[in-house]
Amino acid sequence: MDKFTTIKSTVVPLQVEDIDTDQIIPARFLKATTREGFGDNLFRDWRFDENNNPKDFILNNAAYKGQVLVAGRNFGCGSSREHAAWAIHDFGFKVVISSFFADIFKGNALNNGLLPVQVSDKFLKTIFDKVTADKNAEIIVDLVNQTVTIGGESEKFEINDYKKTCMINGYDDIDYLLSIKDKIEEYEKGSKYLKIVS
Amino acid sequence: MILATNKMAKTLFEKVWDAHVVTEIKGGPSILYIDKHLIHEVTSPQAFAGIEKRGIPLFRKQNILATADHNVPTKNQNQPIKEALSKFQVDKLIENCERHGLPLYGLGHPFQGIVHVIGPELGATLPGMTIVCGDSHTSTHGAFGSIAFGIGTSEVEQVFATECLMQSKPKTMKIEINGTLGKGVLSKDIILYIIAKISASGGTGYFVEYSGSAIRSLSMDARMTICNMSIEMGARGGMIAPDETTFEYIKGREFAPKGAKWDEALAYWKTLFTDADATFDKVLTYDAADIEPMITYGTNPGMGIKISANVPSAKDLTDESAKAGLLKSLEYMGLEQGSKLVGKKVNYVFIGSCTNSRIEDLRLVAEFVKGKKKADNVIAWIVPGSKKVEQQAQKEGLDKILLEAGFELREPGCSACLGMNEDKIPKGEYCVSTSNRNFEGRQGPGSRTFLASPLTAAATAINGYISDVRDFKN
Repeated sequence: MDKFTTIKSTVVPLQVEDIDTDQIIPARFLKATTREGFGDNLFRDWRFDENNNPKDFILNNAAYKGQVLVAGRNFGCGSSREHAAWAIHDFGFKVVISSFFADIFKGNALNNGLLPVQVSDKFLKTIFDKVTADKNAEIIVDLVNQTVTIGGESEKFEINDYKKTCMINGYDDIDYLLSIKDKIEEYEKGSKYLKIVS
Repeated sequence: MILATNKMAKTLFEKVWDAHVVTEIKGGPSILYIDKHLIHEVTSPQAFAGIEKRGIPLFRKQNILATADHNVPTKNQNQPIKEALSKFQVDKLIENCERHGLPLYGLGHPFQGIVHVIGPELGATLPGMTIVCGDSHTSTHGAFGSIAFGIGTSEVEQVFATECLMQSKPKTMKIEINGTLGKGVLSKDIILYIIAKISASGGTGYFVEYSGSAIRSLSMDARMTICNMSIEMGARGGMIAPDETTFEYIKGREFAPKGAKWDEALAYWKTLFTDADATFDKVLTYDAADIEPMITYGTNPGMGIKISANVPSAKDLTDESAKAGLLKSLEYMGLEQGSKLVGKKVNYVFIGSCTNSRIEDLRLVAEFVKGKKKADNVIAWIVPGSKKVEQQAQKEGLDKILLEAGFELREPGCSACLGMNEDKIPKGEYCVSTSNRNFEGRQGPGSRTFLASPLTAAATAINGYISDVRDFKN
């Protein structure tokens, strides 16, 4: 996993609430068996019509680009498909900002070096307003200090210490879990359930 | 004086959670042991590749149950899969299972079916377990009093490698439904009602326990429908304390404990309930008598109404972004604000998915359509959840009743719930569907979904337009 500390970038604003993972990457594009290439079909049915002609959609608007996607409340709801996080990351985003994230999406993002930043509804509106006023407005997402800043306004965001350490150092959960294998085997010896089914 | 609260009192969720914590990281997640890992073809290939790249074997292969469901055709399953990419993904699962020595209940196997249908019916899903799958509807298995939730593929890889996951403990919510359900009201209506009340994000951050007399009175099939859609309100999972209905269901199934093991298991399972003085972070209570047959009008499962009600109007909403969301949804759905849904012409009806494809769903539909004929304009697919369900339906003669009523009885799979195989609803067409998601394009690009119960779907198929099952004489 890539290491993450601070990102300074322009913003792609997607002012829609309840964006579900079927919109982020429709089911018919989940047939690949590797993690790469999903960015091509990110927001497929919002980006292109059935003849693959581009639609009027923010990702098709050359005026908006950058490594930070900003979206409305309840981002990433629905299916657990990690392909949604892969698609956003593969497209070139490093951060998604919203005022509320679905649980599974948030976990999937963190496991792929894509930082989900939850801000207040008020600060989310500030970001949208700043970007509406100036497409080239830059946002700074500082993971070490847990701050997000745009146009001189700033807000703190939460992330648990463990996940923060993982993101900064590029560690996977699996590295940690493998390191405590003896504890896992010890647990198994006392497991009520394993006794029942074994 | 503040009375000391009983620290020993625990919710069902806490009892099962605490029994599975291997260790905890200070200020971070818990390391949770996983008893059962269900896998299918869509979310497992990258995880197999991941452990192979690291050179690690499967840690506990006996805990894994594998099937092919998302991509499989629902016609002519005895022939090779026609769609090349679907075939590739299903073949990859076969290869991976062979290479790692895992039994696979794939196409042609008498146990094949939707992963959340076969786990319970094989007795692989048991009370008090932790169960995960790279699939958000894993919440289904919570109906047995297990902690069951969907995970991403990186987590599938973690469970492959260590049988553990790193999880922050969610908050707890109790949703209590008391009283008696009205005529024509099914468990699907209960869960659509709850989600309409609390919204598609109202459960985010929580693990739900469903309780109350209305829940207790339900069969296991009906309970699974409720737990299945817990994720549609954002909850990680939902569970129901096991009781005699649960034990009766499990007893004698293929992988259920037998003999002395059964007795030991039963004694343990009977301890799995929320203690009287345990507390939840949030409690919601509803009256079963207030629940009607429900239907969705919008593009997330929280956008649901009683079938007799009108579609909401923007003028009734105060929140600007909620207004925008409503208008965007109605535009996609081609519906007017304030309109009635009953009477709306519908050309597709889909009865199936991990929400409503169990034997009881097929029985309810067959009983209702017996002696009736579907409307000429309707294409009605009924897709059993598993080979076992299909076989049982044939044994009971349900297949003949359904065929005589003009329904197309397909072979098991996820089918038109998400249209990964050929079963797609065409652009612009309406479908009354017993599945779990009405997202834009979920059932095929441009498709428009009304979520409802199997009875509402069946009634719609008979009339050719959205119908209130209570308007039928029999």
